[in-house]
Amino acid sequence: MNTQDQSLIFELSKEGRVGYSLPALDVPETDLGSLLPDDYVRTESAELPQVSELQIMRHYTALSKRNHGVDSGFYPLGSCTMKYNPKINEDVARYAGFAQIHPLQEEETVQGAMEMMYNLQTSLAEITGMDEVTLQPAAGAHGEWTGLMMIRAYHEANGDDKRTKVIVPDSAHGTNPASATVAGFDSITVKSDDRGLVDLDDLRRVVGEDTAALMLTNPNTLGLFEEHILEMAEIVHEAGGKLYYDGANMNAIMGYTRPGDMGFDVVHLNLHKTFTGPHGGGGPGSGPVGVKKDLIPYLPKPVLMKKGEGYTFEYDRPQSIGRVKPYYGNFGINVRAYTYIRTMGPVGLKQVSEYAVLNANYLMRRLEPYFDLPFTQHCKHEFVLSGRRQKKLGVRTLDMAKRLLDFGYHPPTIYFPLSVEEAIMIEPTETESKETLDEFIDAMIQISKEAEESPEVVQDAPHSTVVKRLDEALAARKPVLRYVK
Amino acid sequence: MTFRYLPMTEQDKKEMMEAAGISSTEELFKDIPENVRFKGDLQIEPALPEPELVKYMSALSQKNINTKDYASFLGAGVYDHYTPSIVNHVTLRSEFYTAYTPYQPEISQGELQAIFEFQTMICELTGMDVANSSMYDGGTAFAEAALLSAGQTKRKKIIVSKSVHPESLAVLQTYANGQRLEVVEVGTKDGLTDLEELKNAVDSETACVLVQYPNFFGQVEPLKDIEEIVHSEKAMFVVSSNPLSLGVLKPPGSFGADIVVGDAQVFGIPQGFGGPHCGYFAVTKKLMRKVPGRLVGQTVDENGKRGFVLTLQAREQHIRRDKATSNICSNQALNALAASVAMTALGKQGIKEVAVQNIQKAHYAKNLLLEKGFSIPYEAPFFNEFVVKLNGPVKEINKKLIEHGMIGGYDLGRDFPELENHMLIAVTELRTKSEIDKLATVLEGL
Repeated sequence: MNTQDQSLIFELSKEGRVGYSLPALDVPETDLGSLLPDDYVRTESAELPQVSELQIMRHYTALSKRNHGVDSGFYPLGSCTMKYNPKINEDVARYAGFAQIHPLQEEETVQGAMEMMYNLQTSLAEITGMDEVTLQPAAGAHGEWTGLMMIRAYHEANGDDKRTKVIVPDSAHGTNPASATVAGFDSITVKSDDRGLVDLDDLRRVVGEDTAALMLTNPNTLGLFEEHILEMAEIVHEAGGKLYYDGANMNAIMGYTRPGDMGFDVVHLNLHKTFTGPHGGGGPGSGPVGVKKDLIPYLPKPVLMKKGEGYTFEYDRPQSIGRVKPYYGNFGINVRAYTYIRTMGPVGLKQVSEYAVLNANYLMRRLEPYFDLPFTQHCKHEFVLSGRRQKKLGVRTLDMAKRLLDFGYHPPTIYFPLSVEEAIMIEPTETESKETLDEFIDAMIQISKEAEESPEVVQDAPHSTVVKRLDEALAARKPVLRYVK
Repeated sequence: MTFRYLPMTEQDKKEMMEAAGISSTEELFKDIPENVRFKGDLQIEPALPEPELVKYMSALSQKNINTKDYASFLGAGVYDHYTPSIVNHVTLRSEFYTAYTPYQPEISQGELQAIFEFQTMICELTGMDVANSSMYDGGTAFAEAALLSAGQTKRKKIIVSKSVHPESLAVLQTYANGQRLEVVEVGTKDGLTDLEELKNAVDSETACVLVQYPNFFGQVEPLKDIEEIVHSEKAMFVVSSNPLSLGVLKPPGSFGADIVVGDAQVFGIPQGFGGPHCGYFAVTKKLMRKVPGRLVGQTVDENGKRGFVLTLQAREQHIRRDKATSNICSNQALNALAASVAMTALGKQGIKEVAVQNIQKAHYAKNLLLEKGFSIPYEAPFFNEFVVKLNGPVKEINKKLIEHGMIGGYDLGRDFPELENHMLIAVTELRTKSEIDKLATVLEGL
């Protein structure tokens, strides 16, 4: 990595330089003053940078070198499924017939795009075991909220307006309770038992006439399969609630089991995780939602339908929750996901889950002697270690994460789930080779030894990055959120 | 069967199973109860080898009429603009597109700095103090602005002008239902927000007023007059704005807007059948700690060197959980990067030039259609879009235009029954004089 000080693009700017070229205006020019009222014309220019094309390219190339992606090295970030992002996906998404089409073109001019969407939504329905899928939500959290809004509409349509509570396990992603709030629900927590699974007795205690839904990730955020899922479904359904599946961890179970078969009524998927839409440094993602039959009327509109040989958007959906996003979702990410599904097929997708799970179990068993493992059963695609043994030596999980940077790895997810002390959540994914896993294991073992023998090496890490640990308290106390000349 | 993304060999598998203490990978799935196990193969299409997949996807894409081969006059929120080639080259740097959210700042300085620069450019264009790292798109940013306003003012009435994008309005309605907020629509007069109606609607219960600038019909809303009405009742003033137009138009921040939102699709982001685009969200300093989504801030490292981190995270869902006012988790980082590169390439001078060309060409088109005898119902100043009344149903006319190699404008009758046979025509800097002339000639002949 480049260790030189890095200028801001604004600091490279020089009056009069340009990085664009436009043809001269080819229509007769009218005085701007006659077209716009004076007090609506900008008098002070927006201070955008003035740089040449090469300066721009060098600037962003330098920035890219100060960034770690999956293509740079191993990225075992738990719950994020940082698998390889296939290059063909990027090519296909850039075809003019996908990238350069307008969402409001007449339907007969975009049948190819609609066919792709239809094929993707039927494939996702099959993979998840649901009856119908909408591609409209932009990301996982957006899908959660969409699903909960549908559940609310369903209960309200049944005159069941006292169902105000959404149950989430204590190990749930932070978006779950936040989405519940934004969808107008209160969320309540159900406890986990000592095996890391939802405590059935506690679930029985919290469900009731006010239960709208239970939101569950399965396998859960500890990487463990909720083996009592059918009993849980029965408890919630008997109380009149719906079961919501957070598909963040779908990578563990494709072809082995389906949320629809486990009793879930609503599912969201993160296409940027399991289905290789790239993470993009934080987005864009795509968060399709699948539902069982009784929730179909509430799907966001428009709904894409097949009609004869063609495809059409249906807007006349009186019970729909409405629109959750302009147009039809993050189409460009959906193109990538569909390209991936067509690359792998049914056999490939099952192998994906098989190897994702095998890789995780291999890592877990190899690391078990060196770190505390709170839950010892086989894991699924990820597992959670605890750094409490090292903490007693004065080395925190954060320190070990920073030390991993020196080995060229992106660290695992840390301090999540909240239920595990000094948590280290590791998800290798299926696209990593055994050699990569072995090198990572060696690094982790070395760090565990350093914690015993030379803790300061870990405590002072990282040693090799372009910046050292950053003062986050200062950033929050005296926020500087933009460049000022 | 082997797959190019799966490096596992039989030998690897054997060794790894041994280390994991199992004799078959099936043992790892034993905790899935037998009666929910999926049997057989998923009923999806079989895998395609790479060359066949390229052919298949390419054929699918070619069933669509694209704006590269057809001259497009369709806008209505999504536009065909000049994209410097460099944009694609930067976004294809895989250190950017294969990275996750920059939670480990030491190895994410590139992304963090790029976002910090994006935030600065959005502040410059909108005239606001603070901009976040981006939102899903303009429509959801619009709705989130209403939620922020309701939270901030502790009021429940959302007032929105009917001259905003109908799909943004629809999204707002859904979000408002979620929070049990009341949405009051204010009608239009001559294609602008009806100020009398607005005055009557705004009261001490009003959380915010949302308008679009330029509005859905392309026209410049009188922000100065609207601001007075909104702030007279201490409601929040939310303006949705096409950021390219702000190369020439006075920014909403200068008119006292509290929140400015919109979509940066106009800067180097493909139309892509409606997404992914790139919402932006800018506020006054007072609202800094209420902004949804991620913020990047500048700080120093242990050696005093400048660096960047995600900051003010106490606002966000992963900390606040059910107390969060927004559940947004991702942003549109890669598209914010694309927009930053495009804004940088245009620069201080280019953004003005592009904006001016849009205005000039759109006015040329309007005047030409007037000369040909078409009626133009609205007369307010406009940016790059205007409404024209045609001689028949827009859908039919658009079919004819396709035959002439053109994509016609938006059929306003879809959302506004009173505007049947009216087309919203967008003319960007990419449309040449001869294309505009051809459009006018073909329309005249229909």
